[in-house]
Amino acid sequence: MEHIQANPAVAHGQGQNFDTKAIWRTFRILLIITVVELILAIGYYEIDFSNKHFVKHVLNGIFVILTLTKAFYIIAEFMHLGHEIKNLILTLAMPSLLFIWFIIAFLWDGNSYKNLRNNYDPYQKEQSLKKVEAKKPGAAE
Amino acid sequence: MAQAIPAGQKWWSGGKSPYNVEYGKLMMWFFLMSDAFTFGAFLISYGTIRFSSNSWPDPNAVFRSFPGVRGEMPVPLAFVSLMTFILIMSSVTMVLAVANGHANNKYGVAKWMGWTIVGGLAFLSCQAWEWTHLYHEGAWWGRNPFLNIDGTQSSTNFSNFFFTITGFHGFHVFSGVVINIIMLIMTLKGTFEQRGHYLMIEKAGLYWHFVDLVWVFVFTCFYLF
Repeated sequence: MEHIQANPAVAHGQGQNFDTKAIWRTFRILLIITVVELILAIGYYEIDFSNKHFVKHVLNGIFVILTLTKAFYIIAEFMHLGHEIKNLILTLAMPSLLFIWFIIAFLWDGNSYKNLRNNYDPYQKEQSLKKVEAKKPGAAE
Repeated sequence: MAQAIPAGQKWWSGGKSPYNVEYGKLMMWFFLMSDAFTFGAFLISYGTIRFSSNSWPDPNAVFRSFPGVRGEMPVPLAFVSLMTFILIMSSVTMVLAVANGHANNKYGVAKWMGWTIVGGLAFLSCQAWEWTHLYHEGAWWGRNPFLNIDGTQSSTNFSNFFFTITGFHGFHVFSGVVINIIMLIMTLKGTFEQRGHYLMIEKAGLYWHFVDLVWVFVFTCFYLF
């Protein structure tokens, strides 16, 4: 958010011309990030890692960072928020911080539920670890 | 943070809009905040359920079909990449429409709004195809033919969340297309030209970019994780 150029005339929709070059630059950034994400996702699928779980965790971390980068560019450039005044930016950014709590609390809760159930419901755990055959599409329920 | 506004500008002392945006645009931002929390709640409940499951289907194994290609694609996620590209592209055409609105260029606005509508319809068609395809593979609300990544029985949570959340997003895209069509008609009728500004295009644009923004998160949560 370091390139804020608030212009008092924005409120009336005049005096601020969009930079077409900046639009295409943002587009290229979004496109490149998406392609990188796909290469990583497909690469993970194609390459057989010995420590798959660890690699997957690292990859998910990278995906989160790349997704947030894309979100930043869409909001700051396409939605033009990066060029609005600080009052507006903070009014929208501060409530969004709730998401940090929201995500951590609920994923933690889900994980804890899984562990508790695996501990206290061994039958359920046994069932969920049993390998099964895939049903053919269109097969009877 | 460098600010190009006059030094010592007092936004809250009255006489000027403290947010420096037009009323409708501010309200659009507030609406989008509430919508962001709705989508957030959906995606986080999906995450919670996924975290509470011992295993989950592999998106690379589920999403690997492409229209016109028999059987499976050599690489997974090809179709969803196309959908993502279409949506990003239509976001770009939307900004170009807004930019032309700033320049009071009626023809430019109409042209780029037209392309944005085309992009939105293309995305919806892709989604319709993907849903149909998954339906024929046996996936629907309450039905999940896919196994977990480790070969164990999967619950119906996967398909329930997939169809609910992509459906809710698709409904947003659909409303966005309808709004954009109305904006295009108003542009062509010269309504904005008479008003002297194209602020309505900007508000529709904010909504449209938000739809793109949500897709970025849906894409990550369902297809990459």
